[in-house]
Amino acid sequence: MIAALRAILLRDLRLAWRSPQESLTVVAFFALAAILFPFGVGPEPQLLARIATGVVWTMAVLAALLSFERLFQLDHEDGTLDLLLLAPAPLEATVLAKCLAHWLTTGLPLIAASPLAAIMLNLPPDGLATLVLALLLGTPSLSLVGGVFAALTLGARRGGVLLPLLAMPLFVPVVVFGVAATEAHLAGLTARPHLLLLAAILAGAVPLAAIAGAAALRQAAE
Amino acid sequence: MQRFANPLRFKRLSGALLPWTSAATVLLFAAGLWMALAASPADYQQGETVRIMYVHVPAAWMAMFVYANLTIASAVALVWRHRLAEVAARAMAPMGACFTALCLATGSLWGKPMWGTWWVWDARLTSVLLLFFIYLGYVALANAFEDEARGNRAASVLAVVGAINLPVIKFSVDWWNTLHQPASVSRLDAPAIHADMLIPLLTMAAAFTAYFATVLLWRIEAALAANRAAARRMLAEAGPSAAAPRVRR
Amino acid sequence: MSEYLAMGGYAAFVWPAYGLTVLVLAALAGVSWRARTAARRDDPGDGA
Repeated sequence: MIAALRAILLRDLRLAWRSPQESLTVVAFFALAAILFPFGVGPEPQLLARIATGVVWTMAVLAALLSFERLFQLDHEDGTLDLLLLAPAPLEATVLAKCLAHWLTTGLPLIAASPLAAIMLNLPPDGLATLVLALLLGTPSLSLVGGVFAALTLGARRGGVLLPLLAMPLFVPVVVFGVAATEAHLAGLTARPHLLLLAAILAGAVPLAAIAGAAALRQAAE
Repeated sequence: MQRFANPLRFKRLSGALLPWTSAATVLLFAAGLWMALAASPADYQQGETVRIMYVHVPAAWMAMFVYANLTIASAVALVWRHRLAEVAARAMAPMGACFTALCLATGSLWGKPMWGTWWVWDARLTSVLLLFFIYLGYVALANAFEDEARGNRAASVLAVVGAINLPVIKFSVDWWNTLHQPASVSRLDAPAIHADMLIPLLTMAAAFTAYFATVLLWRIEAALAANRAAARRMLAEAGPSAAAPRVRR
Repeated sequence: MSEYLAMGGYAAFVWPAYGLTVLVLAALAGVSWRARTAARRDDPGDGA
């Protein structure tokens, strides 16, 4: 079973490596959108510093949203999904493997790009470590939630617009605590409770997303 | 409850219930509106705008009540493949969305004279806004598939997933709100409320509930009848051989 | 009477709030009622 999951994971990673457009699109969108902000709100340093954390997180979420639709779509189209449903590995684990692959190919690049975006938005350098840590704890939850909705909307008309609408309410807690972690740290308080909450959300999201995602995939195949 | 999975049995049930719920709706609204608009006092702080509470708070309660029902119906539909539960869930979702929209609109109309702005990111209103998006997402998802059954199933999963997250969302919004704003007591919660205002409020809430029951029964009847008509049409198109009764040997 | 309608100066908020409520609830009921009547025409249902 582990071998099957490793195969799924490696396959997705290899596909992403060979055609990195998706990862690049996500990072590019993130960077461009973050850079757009000073043009919108003005370059005043204090204002930017005030909103930097929030902008980084919001743009990370929006950028990630670009990539969810394709999470299962290719497999759905070329029939791999039907094979996965018959595979010896439990579908729940397959869902987790796919979400992990998604995070590795989109979440991690986003996290790598985030310090640069944050600095350009005048985030005090003191906050960078917490920002990255919060993103590390929060973006996997985004991948898991997005994966569930990607499975739910497989084969839907206008699926692309639907997914952000569905996922948005569930992304809010992650964004709230993610931003709060860095802002708390910058205010001289401890970021620990917020980071722990992010970790708790992630811990809860893993089994829930596995179950919900598998249920959604089974219905997509019916 | 399994008995009412049969649409015809349901029709008998709704036929028995509807006269009572429609009468209750009319009477309760008549009494409630009279009390809300005329027979209740103005608030010494908020003046006449407190009357908006008599529509805003029941709408908020209904928004959440309908979502609770939506979750239960969806869970039943998923676990027991209960046809009626599926139909009921789909029928009540647009109603929940309407209540939520009303709650937001009346909240704004109450907020402008009270707080000075049309919208305030107060924890309660923000949670309701997110709930509105969840309703919209549910309706959009259910309608997004050519195959209606697939739409129903996907929407059922969504409702259950959403329910699990509703407490998380509420908690995070509360947290977010206290982080960013000084603690301002939201008058909309109205913790201690005098009987002069409580009775009109409860009457209006009862009126909304009776209305919900009535219109929901209409919608379920309509959906069941539409499904049967569609099924009959499909059989007719498939040809006479498909519709012929199978002979038991 | 006009003093009552003025709602202590808040008429522009109170009456639209009630008006919207009546409008939305009536529209929802109307649409649902019409759907029910139309569907019952297509499918009378009683034992059919």
